[in-house]
Amino acid sequence: MITIQGLKKSFGPLEVINNVDLEIAAGKVVVIIGPSGSGKSTLLRCLNVLETPNGGSISIDGQQLDFNQPVSKKAIGAFRRLTGMVFQSYNLFPHLTAKGNVTEGLTTVKGVSKKEAGETAEQLLAKVGLADHKEKYPHQLSGGQEQRVAIARALAMDPKVMLFDEPTSALDPELVNEVLRVMKDLAQEGMTMAVVTHEMRFAREVADEVIFIDGGVIVERGAPAQIFTNPQHERTKKFLSLLQ
Amino acid sequence: MYLNSVFLSPDRIQRLQEIASTSIGPLIEGAIKFTIPLAVITFIIGLVIAIFTALARISSSKILRGIARVYVSIIRGTPLLVQLFIIFYGLPTMGIVIDPFPSAVIGFSLNVGAYASEIIRAAILSIPKGQWEAAYSIGMNYSQALRKIILPQAARVSVPPLSNSFIGLVKDTSLAATILVAETFRRAQEIASMNYEFLFVYSMAALVYWVICFILSIIQGRIEVRLDRFVGKSGGLS
Repeated sequence: MITIQGLKKSFGPLEVINNVDLEIAAGKVVVIIGPSGSGKSTLLRCLNVLETPNGGSISIDGQQLDFNQPVSKKAIGAFRRLTGMVFQSYNLFPHLTAKGNVTEGLTTVKGVSKKEAGETAEQLLAKVGLADHKEKYPHQLSGGQEQRVAIARALAMDPKVMLFDEPTSALDPELVNEVLRVMKDLAQEGMTMAVVTHEMRFAREVADEVIFIDGGVIVERGAPAQIFTNPQHERTKKFLSLLQ
Repeated sequence: MYLNSVFLSPDRIQRLQEIASTSIGPLIEGAIKFTIPLAVITFIIGLVIAIFTALARISSSKILRGIARVYVSIIRGTPLLVQLFIIFYGLPTMGIVIDPFPSAVIGFSLNVGAYASEIIRAAILSIPKGQWEAAYSIGMNYSQALRKIILPQAARVSVPPLSNSFIGLVKDTSLAATILVAETFRRAQEIASMNYEFLFVYSMAALVYWVICFILSIIQGRIEVRLDRFVGKSGGLS
């Protein structure tokens, strides 16, 4: 589903992603872990070109963007439609209701009729357990509810891949599980997912593969059981020991 | 002699009442026919100019940024009165003759455009970057993100300062008197030049402006309440 080859991203002199190769098969859940500043969020943001890589290529569902050449805005726009993104700080549109947040992409980007978009939005909000909150504005929702609306908003665009950038890091502890539950359901339905998170329990239970990134390179990757119980690299061991 | 004119004898009160009743009509007519239309038309045109100027100033194109900056600098750096005189009295020497009212519309629109562009630019920049990213992440392009996500939020932020600009504009329209637009203040000048009751007539004109601005500030309050429905969080880290 996703193939990353020789991906590079630097901010000025700082190399954040250094020649990363990665493949994610369809229907798999990959959890990306690593210390702060390791490049894990940047890698995820490169996948929907919120950060433009300086080199390498990404292909999703057969569509490829080659960043060794200039890439047109149009190509980036089309490429972004393959992925849905969930942000750490939710980034809901505060001037729209929960339902409006979900329908906006459908009506504006996909040209779906208001009525049809509304029906889709209600289904998706029901799916994330917020059928009763569809007319509320973001500031009237809890963080967990906001994040679930954000998931519904991303799903509405019918993405091939869902990207989660520390989706529970801004949440109060008691609200984390309601978001993780929605993510688990998605994984069970066969959604291809790339998740940057510090929730090791989620990684253990849901991930097909865990990738440990440090210094802009993939240090180690493997099944969660292997990474968590028998890490091979010193840096992985050190990082995991700090989490205990 | 001077003091006599301050004390209000019954004769004088009667005379002022007569002046009030004969001059209030022309003053209000000036407001309805010229002051208010001039303010409303130029504010609408000015806002359109302002939005494009603000977008030019935050665009990635050096040329657009440069043009917008020069425009704002010239308008803000020269007196409005001088601008109006250039348009109305200056341009005819180049063969470009524009009637008083259109001249005023051009002058005031350019003025509003420059000042309001700074307000709108600041409002757009005040919207968290995450809002752009969220819009892009659901497949929107720049103009969709701007129209559907950023400008509606920026509008809320800019209502108070733009209302200020509009109220300022209503008062500034009195400068159009100098280029022969028969608006409120020019009517007052004409009336006072006949009866010499400068204090009284100009005070009446001031009252007309004050009433208009008072009504505007009430409307401003209503608009803010309406737009307040989504205020509470701005969409950043919470």
